[in-house]
Order: sequence, then structure tokens, then C-alpha cells
Amino acid sequence: MAFLTTYLKDVLGGVRSLLKGMKLTGYYFTHHKEIITQQYPDNKAELKLPERFRGEVIMLHDEKNEHACTGCTACELACPNGTIKIITKFDVTPEGKKKKALDTFIYHLELCTMCNLCIEACPTDAIKMAQNFEHSVYDRSKLTKKLNNPGSKIREGVE
Amino acid sequence: MLSIENITHSIDAWLNSAFNPTVALLLEYLIVGLFAISLFAILGLVLVLMERKVSAYMQVRLGPNRVGPGGSLQTVADTLKLAMKEGLTPDGADKFLFNLAPYVVIAVAMMILAPIAFAKGTQLWDLNIGVLYITAVSSLSVIGILMAGWASNNKYSLLGAMRSGAQIVSYELSAGLSVISIVVLTGSLRISDIIASQQDGWWLFKGHVPAFIAFIIFIIAITAETNRAPFDLAEAESELTAGFHTEYSGMKFALFFLAEYVNIFIVCGIAATLFLGGWMPLHIGHWTAFNHVMDYIPSSLWFLGKIFTLIFVIMWFRWTFPRLRIDQLLNLEWKYLLPISIVNLLLITLIAIEGWHF
Amino acid sequence: MIEELSTTEQGDLVINVGPQHPSTHGVLHLVITLNGETIKKVEPHLGYIHRSIEKMCESLSYRQFIYVTSRMDYLSSHINNHGCALCVEKGLQIEVPPRAKVIRVLMDELTRLASHQLWWGAMAMDVGALTPFFHAFREREAINDIMEETCGARLTMNYMVPGGVMADIHPNFQRKVKEFLSFFHTKIDEYDELVTDNVIFKNRMAGVGHLSPEDAISYGCTGPTARGSGVSCDIRKLYPYEVYGDLQFEEISEKGGDCFARYLVRMQEMRQSIKIIEQLIDNIPGGEHLAKTKAVLKLPKGEFYSRVETARGEFGVYIISEGGTTPYRIKFRSPGFSNLSALDHMAKGHKIGDLVAIMGTLDLVIPDIDR
Repeated sequence: MAFLTTYLKDVLGGVRSLLKGMKLTGYYFTHHKEIITQQYPDNKAELKLPERFRGEVIMLHDEKNEHACTGCTACELACPNGTIKIITKFDVTPEGKKKKALDTFIYHLELCTMCNLCIEACPTDAIKMAQNFEHSVYDRSKLTKKLNNPGSKIREGVE
Repeated sequence: MLSIENITHSIDAWLNSAFNPTVALLLEYLIVGLFAISLFAILGLVLVLMERKVSAYMQVRLGPNRVGPGGSLQTVADTLKLAMKEGLTPDGADKFLFNLAPYVVIAVAMMILAPIAFAKGTQLWDLNIGVLYITAVSSLSVIGILMAGWASNNKYSLLGAMRSGAQIVSYELSAGLSVISIVVLTGSLRISDIIASQQDGWWLFKGHVPAFIAFIIFIIAITAETNRAPFDLAEAESELTAGFHTEYSGMKFALFFLAEYVNIFIVCGIAATLFLGGWMPLHIGHWTAFNHVMDYIPSSLWFLGKIFTLIFVIMWFRWTFPRLRIDQLLNLEWKYLLPISIVNLLLITLIAIEGWHF
Repeated sequence: MIEELSTTEQGDLVINVGPQHPSTHGVLHLVITLNGETIKKVEPHLGYIHRSIEKMCESLSYRQFIYVTSRMDYLSSHINNHGCALCVEKGLQIEVPPRAKVIRVLMDELTRLASHQLWWGAMAMDVGALTPFFHAFREREAINDIMEETCGARLTMNYMVPGGVMADIHPNFQRKVKEFLSFFHTKIDEYDELVTDNVIFKNRMAGVGHLSPEDAISYGCTGPTARGSGVSCDIRKLYPYEVYGDLQFEEISEKGGDCFARYLVRMQEMRQSIKIIEQLIDNIPGGEHLAKTKAVLKLPKGEFYSRVETARGEFGVYIISEGGTTPYRIKFRSPGFSNLSALDHMAKGHKIGDLVAIMGTLDLVIPDIDR
């Protein structure tokens, strides 16, 4: 008879374990407040990404259209993928001296891996990471961006 | 009172008065055929949506919610997409069998529809061996699956089809034994007799514990026979990609998909007929007042309610349990379900002979 | 080819599982030889996602190469970065501030939790239960949110840098981790209810894919795969790095050697990770999070090796330096590659369904195998 008791125990134990799992899924079926789905893009208004989230590199400009980039190329050197290309020019200071300055800050978003190394390398905090993550475009050339605004110049006093 | 029985009778009377009997009969065939096809289409849409919603809630998701109010038109959109897709036939496939298989599967599903009583007096064909007919025809669906698996000329499909063959042949046994236990209690193979015998209570309650065990075994067996998880070895997504219908696309795939859900509906209908009284309202012995109140709910609603409850249970299985392995699947049948149902059948026979049931 | 011909007999079925297959979790290609449903041979074909990361690293500076390793085992990217940072620090003899050490360990353990959660969901999905996958992602999402707030990314954080961590922890970090732990305590019991105790799951796992301790060692298996066979190989215990030496936690090992033993090891490791996080979360020392380092890092001439315990096993970083700003040669010892090598041995004689279960318990991440 021993085999019969173990046989029945097997069956009952198995059924009990199955019912336990069904109880859990049954709980979730009836408790809709547990649902975690986020209704993107309907929730765009309340969707707030943390300030450290790395979405793309941007260059900060103040209201006078001035930035803090000296064109030192530290970010370009720090970048592992060749995402950043800095084109420099020579400004002539009032004293008549030539001074290296930023002409164009080219940023290849399509190559960027958001590793944050350029931000860390920048000595003047001219660039930072923005939280925008919706980067899809129909033309990949649009992903190559010019980060310094047209007509912008370096802020007074930034060396 | 407006009931399906009255509607069908009035249609029949009107047709016979307006046309000569042969034309009337032909028109009735046409109506029945259209009814079956539209039932299939509606069932496919409703059940797929139901499955997706049930799974979503169990998986802490929302499920389809974009197309139509609450996502209710999602399956319509999906069907449109499938209808517009190209039904590809692989080069190496046996083209005749490959294209025939989905129609075999769907035709078998349609054939089982015949003896099912949808409401009081609404039955396509009340043949005297109804239960036998159902068990015989339902085992034909495996032929369509084997055809699909073999004709695809794909090893995954072949493995899926072979698994399905072994599975359906085995589980037919315990399903059959469960059916027989009700036949033993009723003493008739005719569906209408079986339903009528549950006038004073469903067999699930009247037949004591053995009937309950037979019911559980029948539910397990039909889950396996319809290739539903945890017995979905024929399509075992994580093992065989899609099993026997790996190579199918477009409308031919949709037919397999449809047949799966229609089969679930039908087998749940059979389970409801045998154990839960079919369209018979919930009657308890001689509580006439209670029974009278229950009679106010239309019989078709009773039947559909029972079916959808059973379908929900089968979906609940699918979204909770892992899949069995092929040898465990056969072990479960031959070492557990079959011995239990044989002993159970003996008990039921004893109950029936001694008249111990209510 | 000749070998294939000799082992394939008449009536054998040769099937390509992958590179696109639902259960290979990526672009792994297995050529399996079947006799009916029974597996005779499994032959993994690699290289579909080979990016030659080791060669790439030779042209990157010691600050730059770390981010690439996030792309190997992306589920334990923190721990990979940690191993690289440790190796560079070893070469430069930088003393990491105590605060950074604790933050690193916290992040490692959170990563391990997230990785094991994903594994648990994928494992259940491999054996046919689809619901656990979503439940696992719910908890993983909470960890990802914590990571996102402090590290700025959810998967490839690049948070560990030579000398410490890139940024200090976010002010909300401690509160959020505690909230997560109290939430996860209840959920991990649900994991057991839903999957571990399930009779079908137990039968699918028990006695399948047996790996003896000797075989585990000779195939070079590490991590939960080897510990499931009773081999003690937890780097955190054997060669403690950072603050692991001072922590109270157990090295989990199971004697069984089958799929269920490997499954249990990972489930218990989750509880151990919770224990480690609970010990540290209120005891983060103050001070700097980053040691002062030179702007350009130059490792002295020589060879350096460091190892860490990722969610999958031992991850080793081997750097040969010629004294320049970039490594002369880098070799990563990734756990997945060695663990995969035991697959053929484990799967022989089992059914196709078992192969899927065994692959699930190996917790394969294909980019980690291919690099």
C-alpha cells in the first residue's frame, strides 16, 4: 500500500502547487491596480527623466548667445568613437593678438554611445547631457549636429 | 417569450409557406452554413481578444487598448492584416497537402459543431450517437496537423506534428473514459437526452466525487487535445519556433489560428454539455421556486456563460504553467490520468447501477 | 565536416537551432543532431555578433576602453566595468576612496539582482511559462530606475571609472533602494510560488543536464553554473575585492549539478545580494567618490590581471602594457564562453525541451560569448 500513498501524495502535492500558481495569476487578473504599463506617448507631459539621464550632448548658451567652449578639443580626445569634431578658428583680440576659438562643434549623434566621457573631460563645463531621447529621424544626415548656435561666441572671462 | 427556439421555428414555418419544401430545405442549409461560418469568424475575433486581455491582466499589463474602444477592434485589424498577407508555399513543400491541411483542420472543427445544442431546441443535428460522433470526429483534427507538419518539409514542423500525434492519440483515452462515465450515468449517447437528464441538477453535482474527478480529467484531456499550454508541445514556441505551422503565413496561418480557438470553444461546449447541463439552467432537485427563477435566464446565455467560464479556466492554465516535456506529457496520461480514470469509471458504474446518484 | 559525417547516421535529424530562434536569447547558432527527440550532439557555432572588442580596446585609452565592456555582458555591465577599472587601478596603484568602494559594491549587487531577475523570467519563458517574464521585468524596472537616477543610463551605465565612480550617488539613492528592497522581499516569495514550487517546473528541471564537479572544473565553468555542481568558485569569497571581505554573506552552492540545482543557486543568490545591499545601504562612508588621477593614464610596462564575479561567473581582464596610453593587448575572460562549452556534454541524451531548459540555466548572453 505504501506505493499507493506516495502515488496519491504525488498527485495531491502536484495539484496543490499548481493551484498556488493559479491563485497568484488569479490575484493579478482581478487586481488591476497592480498594472505597471506606462502609456507612452500619452504620458509625455508627466514623463520626467532624471536630470542625470544621458540622452544627447548639448552645448549651453546663455541669453546673450554666449557659450563656454574654448575649442580646447579635450572632449574630442576623450571621445572613444570619434563622435565629436571641433573646428577652431583664430579670433583677433582688441589688443591685436590672435586667440584660438571655437568655429564649429560637430556632434555625430549616430555614433554617440552616451558614455559621458566628453562631459567629464570638459574643463569649462561648456557641454552637458540633455534628457531628450526621441532621436528618430527620416534622414540620417540630420543626426550630425552643430552644437554651437550661429553667431554665438565665447563668454567673457572663460579661459 | 422570445427565444432562439421560437425564432428558428418561425423562420422554418415562413420558408415552408413561401417556397416549396425542397427549396426551403436548401435555403435552410444555406442559413445554417452561413451561421456556422459567421459563428467561427466571431468566435475567432472574440476569443483571441479575450486571450490577449486575460494574459495581459495576469502579466500586469494592459493588453490591446489602442484600436477601437478598449482595444476591442484589435483582432479585426489583425485579421485584416493576415488576410492581406501573402500565403507563401515553400518550394520543397508537398503543395497539395500543404494547402489542404488548414482546411482539413477547420472542416473538422465545423463537423463537431453539428450535434452541439446551443440553446433549448437549437441543435443542428440531434443524432442518436451524438457523443460517439463527437469523440470520433474530434480525433480527426490530428490528421490535419500531421498533414501540415509533413507537407511543410520542415524539421521543426515534422517534430511538432509527431508530438501532436502522440499527444492527441494518448489523451483521447482519458477524454473518452470521462465521456463514457457520463454516458454510463445517463444511459444514452444522444446529446438531447444527456441534457434532459440534468433537469434536476448537473452531473458535476449529482455524480458525487467521481463525477468531479471525471470533470477535472476531461478538462485536462481537452486542454491537451486542443494543443493548449501547458500541453502546447506541437507548437512549443521556445523549442520548435512554431511547430507544425512554422511555414504557414497569411490566411492559411489564420485558419490554423482560428481552428485552435474554435476547437477550444467546441470542447468547452462538450464539457459544459456533459458535466454542466448544456443549456440547462442551474436546477437543484425539487426547489421549484429557485428553479423557476433560474429559468428566466435564456438557455443560450446559460450555455455561453458555461463555455466562457471553462475557456477562461483553460486560458488561466496557459498563462500560469510551464510546458511539459514530451515524455512527461505521456507519463501524465499513461501513469496518472488513465489509471485514475479507469478506477473512476468503475466507481461511476457502481454509482449508476446502484442508483446512488441524486 | 568529416567529423559530422562520421557521427551522423542514417535517420538522424540535423537541425539548426538559431541564429534566429526564440530560446537562444540572441544570435547563437546550435547545430543539433537528433535521434527522434533525443539529442545526440550539440555544436554551438559562434561569431554572429563578434565585434572584436579586444582589438578595439587596443586603440582606446585606459579611460575609454571601459565603456566598451558594457557591450559584452550587457546584463552585468556594471560588473564588467568594475573589473576593468580594478585592473587599471592595479596597474596605476590608485587607492580607491572608501565611499567609492561601497558604492561600487552596491551597484554590483543591484546589477546582479537585475540580471538574475531577467534570467528568472527568461528561464521560465524557455520552459513555456510566459507570465513570469513580465513579473520579472516589473522588479527589474525598479532597479533600472535607480540606476538611471544615479548613473544616467539604464543598461550601459559606464559609471565605474579608474579611481572610483563617475558621479556621487543621487540624494534619493538610499531611500529608493530601501523602498525597492522592501517591495522585492514580497515579490521574491511570489517567484517561488509561481515557478519554483510548481510541479511541472520541478519535473522539467530535476535530473536534467547533469554536470559533475569534475566536468564543471575541466570545462572551466564558473559562477552559478559551477556552483550548481558544488564547486566553490565565488570570486567575491575566494579573492575578495573592494569591501566584499568585510561583508556577511554566504557562497551559495548546491550539490545536485542538474538544472534545478543551478536554478536554486541563482534564486538564493538573489537573497544573498539583498543581504549585502541591506548591510551597506545605511553604511556608505563619507568622503570623495573619485580618487585624484592624472588627466592621461599611462600603465607601467607589464602585465595586469583582475577578476570579478559577474552574474554569470568569473570575468577576468588581462592587460599587457608597453607603458603607453593605450593597452598593447587586452584579453577578456568572459564566463559565458566557458559555460557554453559544457552544453554538449550536458545536453547529450536529453530531449529538445531539455536543451532549452539547460541553455536557460546557463544564463547565456551571446555578446558576452562572442565579444
